[in-house]
Amino acid sequence: MAADGAAPAMSAEHARPVLEMFGISKSFPGVKALQNVQLAAYAGEVLALMGENGAGKSTLMKILSGAYVADPGGEIRIDGQPVKLGNPAAARAAGIAIIYQELALAPNLTVAENIHLGSELGRAGLIDRVAMNEACRPLLERLGTPFRPQTLVATLSVAEQQLVEIARALYRRAHILVLDEPTTALSARETDRLFALIRQLRAEGIALIYISHRMAEIDELADRVAVLRDGTYVGMLEKQEISSASIVRMMVGRDLSGFYVKQRGVRPVFGPPVLEVDGLTDGARVQPSSFTLHRGEVLGIAGLVGAGRTELARLIFGADPHPSGRIRLDGKTIEIRSPREALDAGIAYLTEDRKALGLFLDMSCAGNINMGVIGRDAHGGVLDNRRGRSRASGAFSMLKVRAASTLVSVGGLSGGNQQKVLLGRLLETGPKVLILDEPTRGVDIGAKSEIYRLIGDLAAKGLGIIVISSEMAEIVGICDRVLVMREGVITGEVGGPDRPDITQEAIMAYAAGVAA
Amino acid sequence: MSSALVPPLGPAEIPSSVRTSERLRSVMQAAGMLPVLVLLAVGFHFFGGHRFLSGQNLSIVAQQAAINVVLSAGMTFVILTGGIDLSVGSTLAFSAMGGLMVSLVPGLGWLAIPACLGAGLLIGLLNGSLVAGLKIPPFIVTLGTLTAVRGLARLMGEDRTIFNPSLSYAWIGNDGIPVTSTLVIPWLAVIALVVIVACWFVLRRTVLGVHIYAVGGNPAAARLAGINVPAVLMFVYALSGLLAGLGGVMSSARLYAANGLQLGQSYELDAIAAVILGGTSFVGGIGSVWGTLVGGLMIAVLSNGLILIGVSDIWQFIIKGLVIIIAVALDRFRQPAART
Repeated sequence: MAADGAAPAMSAEHARPVLEMFGISKSFPGVKALQNVQLAAYAGEVLALMGENGAGKSTLMKILSGAYVADPGGEIRIDGQPVKLGNPAAARAAGIAIIYQELALAPNLTVAENIHLGSELGRAGLIDRVAMNEACRPLLERLGTPFRPQTLVATLSVAEQQLVEIARALYRRAHILVLDEPTTALSARETDRLFALIRQLRAEGIALIYISHRMAEIDELADRVAVLRDGTYVGMLEKQEISSASIVRMMVGRDLSGFYVKQRGVRPVFGPPVLEVDGLTDGARVQPSSFTLHRGEVLGIAGLVGAGRTELARLIFGADPHPSGRIRLDGKTIEIRSPREALDAGIAYLTEDRKALGLFLDMSCAGNINMGVIGRDAHGGVLDNRRGRSRASGAFSMLKVRAASTLVSVGGLSGGNQQKVLLGRLLETGPKVLILDEPTRGVDIGAKSEIYRLIGDLAAKGLGIIVISSEMAEIVGICDRVLVMREGVITGEVGGPDRPDITQEAIMAYAAGVAA
Repeated sequence: MSSALVPPLGPAEIPSSVRTSERLRSVMQAAGMLPVLVLLAVGFHFFGGHRFLSGQNLSIVAQQAAINVVLSAGMTFVILTGGIDLSVGSTLAFSAMGGLMVSLVPGLGWLAIPACLGAGLLIGLLNGSLVAGLKIPPFIVTLGTLTAVRGLARLMGEDRTIFNPSLSYAWIGNDGIPVTSTLVIPWLAVIALVVIVACWFVLRRTVLGVHIYAVGGNPAAARLAGINVPAVLMFVYALSGLLAGLGGVMSSARLYAANGLQLGQSYELDAIAAVILGGTSFVGGIGSVWGTLVGGLMIAVLSNGLILIGVSDIWQFIIKGLVIIIAVALDRFRQPAART
């Protein structure tokens, strides 16, 4: 492993890097997303870029694609020449192309039309489809694509559409190609085919930057691995140094402060089981899953984005139907077909996307807090608004919501205060089980520690709490026991009796699939 | 600390300058189009030979506005949930035809009004079950019923006008509460006002009303908050149909007659215009039925006033259309982040 700040080692076969990034920083108001990051990529190599969710990989790639402008002070060089990548067009002109997870094709157009999108061939405003088809045919043949230039993109599979994007990038003479988790939506065979293509492009002298969470892919493809953590550059692993253990260590290596409520080393005593999940599945993204949650316990569910954690939570909450599986609450089997039934039974769920799925942004804080229990404020269908207002004031003072009044609209509050309002709504339903999906996402540090304290207090009162989080430090810091999910399956458990201790390394190993 | 990566989403405290402009905007929002309505009325009064603001003319305006206000009240509920009901004009014709046919059956005259309301409710329930149950987009559902129900209305009367010179409930359309020897408050206007007050009550003072705003504001969040979204949708379309049925009672009462082809033609457009003029957001979640009342009155004032000042029929169309566009453009200006 190269030490922090050291320049990437030069191997004999690489003359000079095609891409060099030095001292790249990016600040958002009040926050540094990237700090003095460096990266170098050579022609004819696959450079893997690794890091936890939120480590700064996407920010760095957005700077490379011209979507963000880096703070002054850094430098980007292409073929040794300094370049300014202030906008996406400049990045394209510099030969940089990024294939995102969400493909950016027009499904109603043909392959050739998509490849030429924005630079159509023709004369006097009339489009020349024949010329466009012919122009990209040799490239498609070279890539060995199973489709023709005149094929409609909507009829292609995701893997084939990805090929169209790669073809478009190469057609525009890209020589630095970034692939952002390209295998997420691919089958095993499609993945093999993509890898073959990546090797072909590497042999042709393209510099490939490969972002993935899957260790197996890194082992198979990567020539070097660069690791980011918390917005800083941790280091670079050369081919012979690459191992899952070393990558995991570099990705999570950080110390835990006294920021978290739970005292390590003290194993709290839990009450009886409050929630028992048995073989719950949606038949697709969540394989039959079983676990038990006790009163007073904070149970973490860790895993990478897309591991099926949110999907499992939504099954328990009745937001999505479960074709099979059983849920027991306080020992009694209950049938949950809708969020209403879950709430009535005493299960509350905090969504990971509070703006899209949680809050009514145009409504007042009081309206949002009361939404789940508003039926209690009515006599014969007529609302007594005073009861709602006093309930909202109570929630405001308990959760320390900072807003001018309970009547201001929730859309204008900060992320932390919005999250507290949403938590207030859940708590007013009087839940026995609280499922918190990314409870501190987009929340400032002050609100974050208050939310941790709240979780601790609620557990002490005997609630069973499930915390889903992509932030390792959070999972390790506040959970009594942790389930790890990977590709829809609970693959491991840490922190329980006769289980390994809760460490980031143990969780990462299960999440990435390197532990048996 | 990875939490340092999270960008803060704005200060917790709202600066006082923002609050002042917020307050100003909320005052303007509450007032809505009312100042424009007053301006229009005063303008017509002075340019129309001082006739517009006479008690007699105002009572005519109220009568002309009444049916549209009733339809728009139902439309407000539908648009608040983010939907649309294009079928109200056809439903009005259908229910009026039904009411008149029942009124002609000896001994069953008392059933005429329930028949009207029932017919409207039936169409509303049909719309509601297609939107809420089968999840077909409301525009498509009600475009379909707009056409099909119009056909039904024509079929009922064999495409002829049905006439009942001794219609038992004709007083609804032609009488009123006498205030002075010349000034009468028409029953039609009274009904419209009662409907508006009842709708306001449902929207602002009941659990159902809060749920309607919630469904319109964020349907996904409403479901996760435990709201029965299909039931709410069912209610708003059923109510819109029922009020269209009430519109059928009102217009047949006024005319002693109904015609499946002509009655209620393009009433849905006036109703939508009234709702939009009233400041209700077209994507749902924001708006009030008071605004709708003002919007409905604006349309009636325009129609009446333009005639009073002698504008030709053709120009009335052009001017009314422009007023709708200008009013909504002003509305956008009024609320910068508007979602109309």
